Order: sequence, then C-alpha cells, then structure tokens
Amino acid sequence: MATPAIEIEHLSKEYPYGFLNLKKKISLEDLSMRVDTGEVFGFLGPNGAGKSTTIKLLMRLIFPDRGTARILGKSIDDVSMHQETGYLPEQPYFYDYLTAAELLDYFARFHGLTATDRKTRVQNMLKKVGLETAKKIQLRKYSKGMLQRVGLAQAILHDPQVVILDEPMSGLDPLGRREVRDIILELKKDGRTVLFSTHILSDAEMLCDRVGVIVGGKLRGVGTPGEMVGIQTQGMEVLFEVAEGKNLPLLAKATRTGERYRVQMPEEELYGAIEQLRAAGARILSVAQIKPTLEEFFMNLVEADRAQANAVEVSGK
Amino acid sequence: MKNVRTVAANTFREAVRDRVLYNLVFFALLMMGAAILVGQISIGIEESVIVSLGLTAISVIGLFIAVFIGVGLVSKEMDKRTLYALLAKPVERWEFLLGKFCGLVMTLTVNTAAMAVGLYLALWAVKHTLEKSDGWILVAVYLILLKLALIVALALLFSCFTTPFLAILFTAGIYVAGVFAGDLRTVQAVDLSPATMNLLKGVSYLLPNFEDFNVMGAVAHGRAVPGALVGQATLYAVVYGAVVLAAASAIFSRRNLK
Ligand SMILES: Nc1ncnc2c1ncn2[C@@H]1O[C@H](COP(=O)(O)OP(=O)(O)OP(=O)(O)O)[C@@H](O)[C@H]1O
Ligand SMILES: [Mg+2]
Repeated sequence: MATPAIEIEHLSKEYPYGFLNLKKKISLEDLSMRVDTGEVFGFLGPNGAGKSTTIKLLMRLIFPDRGTARILGKSIDDVSMHQETGYLPEQPYFYDYLTAAELLDYFARFHGLTATDRKTRVQNMLKKVGLETAKKIQLRKYSKGMLQRVGLAQAILHDPQVVILDEPMSGLDPLGRREVRDIILELKKDGRTVLFSTHILSDAEMLCDRVGVIVGGKLRGVGTPGEMVGIQTQGMEVLFEVAEGKNLPLLAKATRTGERYRVQMPEEELYGAIEQLRAAGARILSVAQIKPTLEEFFMNLVEADRAQANAVEVSGK
Repeated sequence: MKNVRTVAANTFREAVRDRVLYNLVFFALLMMGAAILVGQISIGIEESVIVSLGLTAISVIGLFIAVFIGVGLVSKEMDKRTLYALLAKPVERWEFLLGKFCGLVMTLTVNTAAMAVGLYLALWAVKHTLEKSDGWILVAVYLILLKLALIVALALLFSCFTTPFLAILFTAGIYVAGVFAGDLRTVQAVDLSPATMNLLKGVSYLLPNFEDFNVMGAVAHGRAVPGALVGQATLYAVVYGAVVLAAASAIFSRRNLK
C-alpha cells in the first residue's frame, strides 16, 4: 500500500498548571492512528477531548512531549510538508486590516505561486466559498461565518494533498454547512485526504469513510461510522395514532408528540403490542428497527468516561 | 529569504493601515512651532536649537514606535491567533520573526526619513539656507535608526517569552540602562568591593551601549562625526542585533502557541 497520508505514533501532550506549574494536565495520551490517502476521516469527541490539540501538534503549532507524526511520509518537523497540507484553525482569525482577497494573496505567496496564478486562484476560491461580493471588505468587518469561509479558502487555496480542518462547520448557517460538505466531497473526489474534527455526528456519518472517537485525550475507537455503532439492533419502534380514552396499556410507555404516539420495545414484544393496538382500533403509522446512532455510541463513551473520572476523584487518586 | 520579504512587506502594510505614520503630523507641528518660536528669539543659536530639538523628537518618537509596536509584533499575532494559519504555511518560525523585524525597521526607516526631511525644512525656514555641515544631521539620523533597530530586536526577544506588559517594561528598562552603560564601564567608586565592581563592569558590557549612537551634541554645533565612530557603531549594532534576534528565534521556535 502507498504511504498513508497521516501517520501518528504515540503522540502525547501535557499542559503544566497550578502552583509553579507542578501539576500536569494530560491533553493527549499516547495517540496512534493513521489516515489513508484519499480518505475522509472524522475526528469526533466532546469539548476538551483533545481534537484541537492533536491537530495543532500535527501543524507544529505546539510540540509534543512524546511521539512523532508523518504527513505523506514526511516528518512534521520538516517545514516543506506544509506545501502539501492545508489547515483551517479552530475559530479562525486573520489580519483584520486586509481584505479577503489580500489575505489569500498573501498566504499564496508562501507557496511560491506566480502573480497571475495567485490572482485566478484567489478569484475562484472566493467564489467557491461564497465571498465574492465581500472580497473588497476588510476582514475586521467580517462576521464569524464569513471568517470561517475565509479560513476554509486559505486552507485549500494551494490545492494541497492533505487538508486538515478543525471544526469546519462551526459558525456556519445551514447553507454554509452544505457548501462545506460539498467542498469536502469534492476534495475526496479529487483524491485528496481530509481530516476534520467535529462534534456534529450527522456530518461525520454523512461524510466520513472512517471516524476516530477521542474522549479525555484518549482514542477510544477507529472505524467506519457503521462499525463504530455496531450492527446489533436495539429493538423496535412503533409509531401510531389512537383515539382518546381507549384502554391501551401500551400508552403508559409511549411518548406523545402531537396526535402521534411513539413506543419502543424489544423485538419479542412486537406482536403482542400490535395485537393491543388492533384491539384498541389504533392506526399504525410505522414499525421500524431502532439502530443505535453514532450519537448514542458517543454519549455512552462520554458518560462512561465521566463515571470513571468521578470514581477516581472519590477514591482520591 | 523570499518568505522574510513577504512577511516584512505585510508588516509594513499593517503599520501603514494602522496609521502608525500619523505621528508625522505631530512631528511636523512641533517643528513648525519651534521654527516660528526660534525665529523670533534669534540670538544666533537658532540652528542648534532646531537641530537638537528635531533629533530628540526623532529619537523619542522612534523609541515609542520601536518599543510598543516591537513588542506587539509577535505577541499580538499570538493573542489574536492570526499566527496559526500563517505558521501552517511553508514558513520557518525564524523567517516569520525576521520578517516581522525587517517590516518594522522598514516602517521606522520611512518614518525617520520623513522626519529628517521635516527637520531640514525647519532648518531652512530659520536659516534660509543649508550648508555642507548640515549634512552631519543625516549621520545622526542614521545612528538613531541603528539604535531603534536594536530596540526592536530587544522588544521582539522579550515578547517571545513574557507578557507584552513585562516586555515593554524590560525593553524600556534596558534602554535606560543602556544609555548609562558607558558610565558604568568607567565608574570608579571607592566604597564598592572589587568583586561588585567587576560584576557591574560585566553587566555593563552585556548591555547595549546606546550612548555610542548619540552624536547629537556634535551635530547640533555643526561639528563632524568621525567615520570610525560611525563604522564602529554600525558593526556593533549588526553584531548585537544578530545575537539578540538569534536568541529570540531560538526561543520562539520552541514555543507552544496557546
Ligand atoms: N494552552 C493550554 N493550556 C492548558 N491546557 C490546555 C491548553 N490548550 C488545551 N488545553 C487542554 O487540553 C484539553 C484538550 O483541549 P482541545 O482544545 O484539544 O479540545 P478539543 O477536543 O478541541 O475541544 P473543543 O471541541 O472544545 O474544541 C482541554 O482539557 C484543555 O483544557
Ligand atoms: Mg477544538
């Protein structure tokens, strides 16, 4: 197989804090993973999980206590690896005295592009991220979502092989999210590798070939979104409507939204429930398998982690 | 080197757009006022008053810019996180630092040159003529500029490892100490032990000797500035500046951004 786009080996990062910096807070603990070429990889985790820490380590904005990483086979210590990578920082902020076009032109200079090349690329990119009408406005007058778009533009301006985006959808309106999704899919179609962090699981499910879930600085699992949530079904869900005042024991378990009731049960109880509904003259709207979503998987991990953290605190370790 | 130039050009552009050069208006008003005032007294010292005042103003205004903007060069970019996207480009950290330094020195050069022109205009306004000896003013201005470049380097160094507030304090402190560095080297205090004396001397040689860059007294009276002094000061500034910048980039290259 070709060299992986991103290889991370035993990356660890601690932040000192407290009196004389004697205490250490572990932000990232022994992270090893790889992202293959041409893959869209989602980096999932709750706030403070270590997603941005990992990405900043990769971009050499912070330095690891242990571990190494390679991008396209090159050590991340080698500045030339940035020729082939694009990076969108979390909550990006740029020189506010420049216009979007000036900023992109400035960044493009570091990639050794000629003046004419820079000009056409900047024009196309601004169109692509929907900032064409705002290109002559100084960035200090940009809204949060507009800055996010500029950030995305500067990340992919030089047509990099590996694109690393820290929460690319944050701060964007629904249209913006759609556009970012389209851009990511387009990058994938062109054979680029994309690593992006997010807490929005539906985005990850929709876009990613594989996801990695990180909680509390530790990688908890890597796989396709399907693999991550397992294949076992967790039961059945019935959606129905029924007239008021009918004797229906099922109602005790059901939740009501408007005219409709929704009830969940293990698969073996399904036929019994359907009998009950028929007897009460209810109208069954749908019967469906309950599949665990990535979200539930995620919540379970986070809750397990919290429980463990509490246990450690109680035992005074 | 291309990267250094790109960063420098942008730093200059930032200074212009942030209206740093507006200080020139203040300088112009000052020189105009002085010219009018001196013209009324007229007792044969107009020239030296204008030159002293002008050179002092050039130095003080430059100092303010060098310290305050110098400290902000890198710390502002770290605070606002404008640095993140830039350092993810194929740019070495030392290139960024050197580019920032050059950009501010460029700004100071333009600013100082404009003030020098203003000074000559004021001089012409009181004397209605310019002599050959007035050319020494340019040498004085050059030495001020060298001094300012050194201060920018020091401000950069401090801002790489402390808060902006402390960096301003340290830079200003070093400047004041550096003005007296020469005195410290030759001091003869009987009531100090030899060990203390040696320590003081050692420190005085570490400090930048800013007095060497001050030729205002001579120039204000139309006296020549020895070429050897200019050459020596230039060499000193280049070496001292290079060491300070190297230290700054060594620190900055290992620094974790927030
Ligand atoms: N400069 C710093 N000093 C001290 N601790 C830090 C620093 N930066 C990050 N941390 C800690 O490292 C942990 C991981 O932070 P990180 O920014 O990687 O989280 P994240 O997964 O990106 O979260 P979010 O979804 O909120 O962006 C957090 O607990 C945070 O407190
Ligand atoms: Mg983050």
